[in-house]
Amino acid sequence: MSVRMPAPNGTILARRREIVEALRRIVPGEGVVAEATELKPFETDGLTAYRQVPLAAVLPETTAEVAAILSYCHANEIPVVPRGSGTSLSGGALPLADGVLLVLSRFNRILEIDFDNRCAVVQPGVTNLGITKAVEHRGFYYAPDPSSQIACSIGGNVAENSGGVHCLKYGLTANNVLGIEFVTIEGEVIRLGGKHLDAEGYDLLGLMTGSEGLLGVVTEVTVRILQKPETARALLLGFPTSEQAGACVAAIIGQGIIPGGMEMMDRPAIHAAEAFVHAGYPLDVEALLIVELDGPQAEVDHLLAVVEGIATAEGAVTAKVSQSEDERARFWAGRKAAFPAVGRISPDYLCMDGTIPRKELPRVLAGMRALSEKHGLAVANVFHAGDGNLHPLILYDASRDDELSRAEAFGNDILRLCVEVGGVLTGEHGVGVEKRDLMPEMFSEDDLRHQQRVKCAFDDKHLLNPGKMFPVLHRCAELGRMHVHRGQVPFPDLPRF
Amino acid sequence: MREIVRAAIAEDAPLLVEGTGSKRGLGKPETGLANARRLSLAECRGVTLYEPEELVLSARAGTPIAEIEALLAAHRQRLEFEPMDLGPLHGLASGLGTIGGVLACNLAGPRRIARGSARDHVLGLTAVSGRGEVFRAGGRVVKNVTGYDLSKGLAGSFGTLAVMTSVTMKVMPDVETEATLVLRGLADDAAAGAMAAAMGSSAEVSGAAHLPYAVAGRVAEGALGREAATLIRIEGVEPSVEARAAHLSAGLSRVGRLERLEGEASRALWRDVRDVRPFADGTDKPVWRISVAPTRGHELVMSLRMAAAIDAFYDWQGGLVWLRMEAGEPEADLVRQAVRRHGGGHATLMRASEAARTSAPVFEPQPDALARLSKRLKDQFDPAGILNPGRMG
Ligand SMILES: Cc1cc2nc3c(=O)[nH]c(=O)nc-3n(C[C@H](O)[C@H](O)[C@H](O)COP(=O)(O)OP(=O)(O)OC[C@H]3O[C@@H](n4cnc5c(N)ncnc54)[C@H](O)[C@@H]3O)c2cc1C
Ligand SMILES: Cc1cc2nc3c(=O)[nH]c(=O)nc-3n(C[C@H](O)[C@H](O)[C@H](O)COP(=O)(O)OP(=O)(O)OC[C@H]3O[C@@H](n4cnc5c(N)ncnc54)[C@H](O)[C@@H]3O)c2cc1C
Repeated sequence: MSVRMPAPNGTILARRREIVEALRRIVPGEGVVAEATELKPFETDGLTAYRQVPLAAVLPETTAEVAAILSYCHANEIPVVPRGSGTSLSGGALPLADGVLLVLSRFNRILEIDFDNRCAVVQPGVTNLGITKAVEHRGFYYAPDPSSQIACSIGGNVAENSGGVHCLKYGLTANNVLGIEFVTIEGEVIRLGGKHLDAEGYDLLGLMTGSEGLLGVVTEVTVRILQKPETARALLLGFPTSEQAGACVAAIIGQGIIPGGMEMMDRPAIHAAEAFVHAGYPLDVEALLIVELDGPQAEVDHLLAVVEGIATAEGAVTAKVSQSEDERARFWAGRKAAFPAVGRISPDYLCMDGTIPRKELPRVLAGMRALSEKHGLAVANVFHAGDGNLHPLILYDASRDDELSRAEAFGNDILRLCVEVGGVLTGEHGVGVEKRDLMPEMFSEDDLRHQQRVKCAFDDKHLLNPGKMFPVLHRCAELGRMHVHRGQVPFPDLPRF
Repeated sequence: MREIVRAAIAEDAPLLVEGTGSKRGLGKPETGLANARRLSLAECRGVTLYEPEELVLSARAGTPIAEIEALLAAHRQRLEFEPMDLGPLHGLASGLGTIGGVLACNLAGPRRIARGSARDHVLGLTAVSGRGEVFRAGGRVVKNVTGYDLSKGLAGSFGTLAVMTSVTMKVMPDVETEATLVLRGLADDAAAGAMAAAMGSSAEVSGAAHLPYAVAGRVAEGALGREAATLIRIEGVEPSVEARAAHLSAGLSRVGRLERLEGEASRALWRDVRDVRPFADGTDKPVWRISVAPTRGHELVMSLRMAAAIDAFYDWQGGLVWLRMEAGEPEADLVRQAVRRHGGGHATLMRASEAARTSAPVFEPQPDALARLSKRLKDQFDPAGILNPGRMG
């Protein structure tokens, strides 16, 4: 692993027993995990290249317990890493040797379902899919649908501002969360929003969403629930080149159509997925588009015809429309299983997550092919085509000496390319440890300092999830000074990990 | 802009940030500020990037919303959050608002319930903080979780954290058709039930408002007459609007008599609801904007009717209550206690005489822990308190 974490604090390590006892006084019984063997399952998240056993793990069940844990850790200057289900792909939930891992998985109750106000109030450990399961008997669902939805927690979704294939039309987590309760590192409980819209004052809900566990611990979430669309049908479109597929995407949106989902796969991803789930994908095309239209029957029928017309005009060589729910599910099965499918053809893979302006797709794909040769590693692409969010999967074998570092270098080059064409480092997986050191590629020193000032307002001792998101930790007192002078290197004495 | 802010810091001269000043009357009056200067963004205007196929537009912060909307309309696109125009409510001309001002106030119209507010549509921005430093936040793409979402952080900050110099917004295709189903003669509670049923259906309703009988006559130049009107809007492609209207009508016609408005008649109606036309009366009688859970709005209004002379109508499925105080006093305590008793939310004094805005808190007072956190954020971005001092007080 090439990203360095802050050096553990020896004083905290030495106080481990005392800290565990203090935590046990707050959370009795099995809620505190301190045995090395029992801590092992917590050593990594979805970014398995990084591992670290935490100082201790604590699994509280009430907001009062969370508040007590945080105020204890604050008073004793012990770092805290929040964890939901541990599916982060950017190492956001990677533990620290001198940090308490605060696991929210026991916060797993649905507190209230309010159909008339179209919202559900849930604890952060409830899984994303769990919300839909709780409301679907009345035809409702929770719209953002990360592929990890069976496992990932809504608290983790809020912390990562997660997306999914339906976010093109229905928005990301940020657009579907109405309110939260969270606990500050000082142990204060704060409620933002609720069943009403647009709380006044600074949009702290907007800042908390996507804050990767660095600003506060979410202990309750109020989400918007929607009535399921009357019907949904998918089109499977194959193209001889990815340029044509890209042009088709632009033409659909240019016509004013926002599909429920619009996904693209390149040849390596198509082949891997087809071999794995036999979805019926054409194997003689360079790019595959899945376009899902949802809504009233009349609308879906109307738009299917329009989209088919556009696809033909843009040179599609296959065009299949799903004729049943089964068939629609089959079209999606390959896309949804793309990660494990690639996992079958390569011992390891690294999933990247840059977003680009859609029109830059041909340039970025060409650039990726060149980079693939340069680094001597293959890449398969799945792509949220509607919103320009790329997921290049870099294939490597960790058991061969330098392949992991080559894969990481390849990934970094891809993300630099995304930024160069006007895009961003991460569309939905978060910065975490993985992309931390690339932040200066996208942001200037002043940009990053303003972000850190948000951190300082919430957590001026840098105790919540330190070592994530920011490549350099400025001490808040120094950030607090007013502007010095242009051109002067700011704080040359600060530690870079 | 950076140099202006730095000079203000050096000379300890507060800056009153404004787009065109169309919302000058909004928030705390700026009285008793020795030395204060106006910082107008009016010259900082112009669309700098517009790529219709990418659904993205960037503009300098002082660009009038009207200019942006005209450009978008020419490409059959729009700002989905339906920015409202508060000019008429304050006795000013329409069309004065700027994109920076709209984002700084985080204002949104009837489509808010279905498509989000200004903060849901901002992709990125450039700003000068109260420290006199230029920073950029976000980007130009829809999916972006790189770092904190500072663009949202500045939404609704009323120019108290930073001066925005340019903004990038997500834009969306305009719709082919719209229709509004109008249920006549419902009492407020029956209307709330009808709106909840419509919003909870799969008909993708993009507006749900209720105008009690006293208010209905004051929109769309009296087109609705003096009978309570509950408005349900559907937008989209023609066959879809037809199908959804039929589906909704089947259910709603059991509740009351149904009428239907199309095209421009429908648009005019929603423009007036959006811009609070029923209270654009040329007076400075206090007007509150109250946000509560949708099903609680009518209960809140009922309890206030018992205690004061008020006039009210509802947007956002009943959760946004526009309230005019007929006796001329804001009655802030009365209103805010009622909000707390009805499930919580917030009440903002959107219009009032200068005297009333000086004595009553314009914005909902925050619980202590939240107020302290907000203060720390303000201190981080504007430690000298140079930007719009007291505006959000
Ligand atoms: C196979 C697979 C597919 C995936 N597909 C998608 C996808 O389609 N779209 C997508 O967006 N993501 C996807 N992800 C990534 C991941 O599932 C999401 O980021 C998810 O939101 C993480 O949730 P979690 O509960 O597992 O959080 P964790 O991994 O436990 O934590 C993630 C971050 O959130 C913080 N956190 C967790 N809970 C809280 C809380 N209660 N309060 C404060 N901070 C908290 C942690 O500190 C950490 O920084 C995928 C992951 C996998 C493994
Ligand atoms: C709570 C509330 C109460 C109101 N009460 C009144 C009232 O009593 N009388 C009245 O006339 N109007 C009132 N209005 C509304 C207002 O009249 C306008 O219609 C609208 O806000 C105009 O936009 P503008 O661009 O001219 O913004 P402005 O009025 O110039 O500015 C609105 C706010 O945004 C900030 N701002 C503007 N541009 C920027 C920028 N580039 N960067 C950072 N901050 C910026 C300003 O500092 C100000 O706080 C109220 C609005 C609200 C939200």
